[in-house]
Amino acid sequence: MSSVQPIDLYARRISDEKHLSVMDGTSTGTDKRYRILHADYPDPDALRRLAGAIKDHTLQHLDTYLDAADRALTANGAQVHYAADAADARSVILAILRGHGVTRLTKSKSMAAEEIHLNRFLIDNGIECTESDLGEFIVQLDDDEPSHIVKPIIHKNRREIATTFQREGVADDYNDDPETITRRARVHLRGKYLAAGACITGANFVCADSGRLVLVTNEGNTRFGMAPVPVHIALVGIEKLVPRECDLAVFLNLLGRSATGQQLTVYTEFIAGPRAAGRPDGPEHMHVVFLDNGRSDILASDCREILRCIRCGACQNVCPVYRQASGHAYRSTYGGPVGAVLTPLLAGADFATYADLPKASSLCGACREVCPVDIPIPDLLLRLRHQAHREAVPSPGAVPMSPFAKLATSPSLWRTAMTMSKAMNHLPVQVAPIAPLRNWLGSRTLPESRGGEFRKWIKRHSNHS
Amino acid sequence: MSATHARPVGKRVLLMGTCLCDAFFDDVARATVEVLEHLGVEVLYPEDQTCCGQPAFNTGDWDASRQVARHCARVFVGDLPVIVPSGSCAAMHLHGNRLQFEQEPDDDIASLAARTWEVVDFIHNGLGVTRWPGRFDTPTRIAFHRSCHCRDTGTGSAARALLSSIAHAEVVPFGQAEQCCGFGGTFAVTFPHISAQMGSLKIDHIRDIQPDLLAGVDMSCLMHLDGLAAAQGRRVPHKHVVQILRDTLIS
Repeated sequence: MSSVQPIDLYARRISDEKHLSVMDGTSTGTDKRYRILHADYPDPDALRRLAGAIKDHTLQHLDTYLDAADRALTANGAQVHYAADAADARSVILAILRGHGVTRLTKSKSMAAEEIHLNRFLIDNGIECTESDLGEFIVQLDDDEPSHIVKPIIHKNRREIATTFQREGVADDYNDDPETITRRARVHLRGKYLAAGACITGANFVCADSGRLVLVTNEGNTRFGMAPVPVHIALVGIEKLVPRECDLAVFLNLLGRSATGQQLTVYTEFIAGPRAAGRPDGPEHMHVVFLDNGRSDILASDCREILRCIRCGACQNVCPVYRQASGHAYRSTYGGPVGAVLTPLLAGADFATYADLPKASSLCGACREVCPVDIPIPDLLLRLRHQAHREAVPSPGAVPMSPFAKLATSPSLWRTAMTMSKAMNHLPVQVAPIAPLRNWLGSRTLPESRGGEFRKWIKRHSNHS
Repeated sequence: MSATHARPVGKRVLLMGTCLCDAFFDDVARATVEVLEHLGVEVLYPEDQTCCGQPAFNTGDWDASRQVARHCARVFVGDLPVIVPSGSCAAMHLHGNRLQFEQEPDDDIASLAARTWEVVDFIHNGLGVTRWPGRFDTPTRIAFHRSCHCRDTGTGSAARALLSSIAHAEVVPFGQAEQCCGFGGTFAVTFPHISAQMGSLKIDHIRDIQPDLLAGVDMSCLMHLDGLAAAQGRRVPHKHVVQILRDTLIS
């Protein structure tokens, strides 16, 4: 076998330990999701379609809803910023931090922040930035990358984490008991919360009608992060809007169940604005940075449905390719089916670099079946493959299709080829210098050719009947 | 990929034999004819048929795949139901073509989609056959692989209903049935490692229930799974559902 596709090569070299961690985490996630959705709703698919329709509507009127959200957030006392791209977002955030004299902060989990590589940028600019989500904290200690949207360390096991804690001085000794690991992280992070001058979060939803921002976590780390600091910065992709607060009933019910098999995440925070008269808690300053970073272009493309995504990770859990390859194989912030669509799109002019990602799928459709917002992911993968072909992006190992089209549109040639294919039964096909054939035979036997036999039979059969 | 729209049902149909049956699995195409004829259906086989075009479609070469799809639509022109012993080729007509002809609507292509049935879906949901008059000589445990292209068509439940109704047959569920077997067309040869891993996992789950027979509606999946299992020395006897229907018929 000679893999030439990067994701196949990556999967081949992955360690058994990592492979097991990913397999276990993903299949458990898939089972839990299925059980809870079907236990709680007679027709979960109807709910997924409703959520997809709400998101679709929002995206079709995104300009209107973004204006409404801006007005509501401003009325609530938040300051609204816009960032056209990653560099823009980083400098907007740095300017806010410098304006408030912040040198230390905690940051909760945010895919948008991962997307713009915010952490590294802030540290390079002399700001101590501590990840407060346990998984992201471990990723940071290891100088690693998250490999899953909701379970950033799905690729690690507790022994590796215990080793990291000991090495990085979070703990004095090695202890891989999960509760001990969590307690040690908690103690370490308490100090970071208290020393911080700001808290950076993402947002799971922003309600356009009220400007209310919704954060869900299972660790309560955003609450800890915001409680002692004067400045809260929320980095929000422009697709995170929902029209009305009441729409949250649909999305929160789907998000927890799809992501982690929970009816609701342990903490769901609704943030109406900064501290003010009648709102005694939270930071005095609230900044909301709306991130475009290619989203407007996606909205104008034929793959706009991907902007419905609420980052639950269900497609990653169920994806057989993700399970074999892990999120790191996708070379980007977003792995798995959603990443295979989103990454080449977000890459913009750099599309060709990531044009292999949409090919890493058997188009099995499991992702479409679990998506809480009903994104037709396989269709989008196909459209991107079509785009790659149109733009003549070289594809390693690709089987050229014009000879096939020639054959399949010439019936007599086709029939001859079918009959001739029986010659394969007498040839040493194992040594034939044909890459696809070799890759097939690398792990499988080939059935005996029976080319043309059915045509002979049906002719005889029709004459007799 | 919904194939729940009203499609023509009749006692005269066109058979699309599929390229895989043309090349390797003549007995599956033959069983399709025999089962349909048993049900009183006249089966016509247009000689100029080749392939649905899916191999090219999946690689993104839609110029090539549209040529093949147009040829296919011309070969099967008319108003008769088009019956296919493959969930995957049926899905190409029902859904794939819709995607690749979005920008250039084509009446023949639309007509093909409106008349295509995967064969087991046709027998159960089209002709209304709910019980199969068949019998195994001994109790037979069947592992039914619902191929991915039948995720939301009537095929899966149709196959389970018909197989279960055969005397001495038991359709036994196996683990992680929603997972793909790893065939995926050219995926099998462009991602050979992942494809083989996926297939091996599927074989593990199937073998766990110790079936007497593996049944499917797509010879592509079965060819891949059997090829892997044979190379690993752990084959499971397998048949297309229509072969089982034919072979168990009480004559």
